[in-house]
Amino acid sequence: MIYKVGRAFGLTLFSVLILIPVLVVVLGSFKGDLELMTKPLALPERWSFDNYRNLLEGGQIANNFKNSTIVTLFSVLLTLFISSLASFGIARIIHVSGKVLLLLFTMGLAIPAATSIIGIYQLFVTLNLTNTLHGLVIINVASTLPISIFILSAFFRQIPTEIYESAAMDGAKPFRLYRSVALPLSRPSMGAVAIFLFVITWNDLLYPLLLITRSDLKTLPLALIDYRGEYAINFSMIFTAVMVASIPMVVMYLAMQKSFVSGLTAGAVKG
Amino acid sequence: MSKTEAGARKGASSRPQKSGPRGRLARSNDRAYFLMAIPALLVYALFYLYPTLTNLRYAFSEWDGLQEAKFIGFKNFTRSLTNDDTFYKVLGNNIEFTGLVVIFQTALSLLFAIFLLKNTRASVALRTLYFFPTILSSVSVAMVWQFLYEPNLGPLNVFLNSIGLDFLALNWLGSETITLRAVAFTQVWFHTGQMMVVYIAGLQQIPQELYEAAEVDGATRWQQFKSVTWPMALPTTAVVMAYTTIQSFRAFDLIYAMTQGGPNNSSSILVTLIYLTAFNEYRFGYAATQSIYLIVFILVLTAIQRRLLRTRY
Repeated sequence: MIYKVGRAFGLTLFSVLILIPVLVVVLGSFKGDLELMTKPLALPERWSFDNYRNLLEGGQIANNFKNSTIVTLFSVLLTLFISSLASFGIARIIHVSGKVLLLLFTMGLAIPAATSIIGIYQLFVTLNLTNTLHGLVIINVASTLPISIFILSAFFRQIPTEIYESAAMDGAKPFRLYRSVALPLSRPSMGAVAIFLFVITWNDLLYPLLLITRSDLKTLPLALIDYRGEYAINFSMIFTAVMVASIPMVVMYLAMQKSFVSGLTAGAVKG
Repeated sequence: MSKTEAGARKGASSRPQKSGPRGRLARSNDRAYFLMAIPALLVYALFYLYPTLTNLRYAFSEWDGLQEAKFIGFKNFTRSLTNDDTFYKVLGNNIEFTGLVVIFQTALSLLFAIFLLKNTRASVALRTLYFFPTILSSVSVAMVWQFLYEPNLGPLNVFLNSIGLDFLALNWLGSETITLRAVAFTQVWFHTGQMMVVYIAGLQQIPQELYEAAEVDGATRWQQFKSVTWPMALPTTAVVMAYTTIQSFRAFDLIYAMTQGGPNNSSSILVTLIYLTAFNEYRFGYAATQSIYLIVFILVLTAIQRRLLRTRY
């Protein structure tokens, strides 16, 4: 009895704690600022798209959205390609060097990215890679390789060798084995890694903050910080920008909940 | 890896001189496989390992990020420890932040995992809801909570005032005593759902017979938790705690967007301090030293955690 009441109470409380902020943002983006402040949880008196129109006309949001999309797509695809290739190689190498390689990559997992920012900043300044989108792609790829290789090489090692052997018998060379045997089998793991990478890259603030100062090159999270300054305490505009920045992830989450949950959890547990 | 394969691998690496046609084939393929790792290795070594190592060099220098770095030996290292109140304050903040987040996030995620363990329709719906914050960006979460915590017109304080708890309506993000805890609360709100999913996966592996046996013995719910769920879930708890710890050290995005470490560094943790020292104060060398200390701190913490959890089972 006590358990049942406690359970109901706990679940309700946490549901409310999550729903309130979500509702405040969603509804707030359709309200004026005064209405948001005085009645944050009420339905808008009039559903107005003014905030969205102002945001589109006044700022760089369309541009920010484009930058985020470009950077995320290229980062995720490149990481997936070179990390799956490397993971397959590492899983297949018989010599100890395979283990050494894996160790080298997984070393990068234990240390928070923020500890390398000074070296990274300096290197990117020297190579003229600051204030470029491809510079951002490069650092995203470099910093997400460890986790991707860690997950994928574990997967490739689970594929029974007999499968490779029979293909090798038919004369398949290593690259062919990767492309026609390993890759098709690894679809679910690749999907999980892809979702994980997608979410962390799209949402990342640290590297854009470090490398991008030109406003036309800013990604959405970095631009949000600017809007916060620009619109001061105009939270209805800020929430409209939050909506624009979150919608792609929310739509994908609702469309493929299961893959999202398992992908993000795999990244968490193995990272 | 299958047993026979493991044997074959061992044989090939320890006795290369005995290579028959199979061994030769394996070794020639090794080169091809190694080549496949080259692109990743190059990108990782040049753009991640190398900058991490140069950090080490900068740690021994005085450097504003513009002029030549000047080598000053261990000065930065001793200054952090002997003559830098901010460093100690932030170190203390980091310990408090990590402690609060690990305790509450682990406890709450276990609690909700137990509540939502059965695959009923309602449970699955609530799991989806609780997991939802995980997909948001730290910056978005920070913006929303800045509004909720707003001292005068923010919903939290308006609510507290309306139910007569005026004395609890604090300046959540503007007070030196409470801000770190307010940020820790947001961090727990942000990531509890994710860890709950990890726990659910762990708890679902506990054999149902154990609970049935306990029930036959007339064990209460609390006794079942104490003697079945908790001990059986210990490996999962280890994973959750380790990950939550690392995650709390990485809370840069959230803290930077919410408070910039303020007021007066009271909500700063080491990662935000490193960034601010370098890019707001232009003391790159000193910031590099702080990041060396952060790495040491994490290594020590990981070692302690490992030791504690190993003695447990």
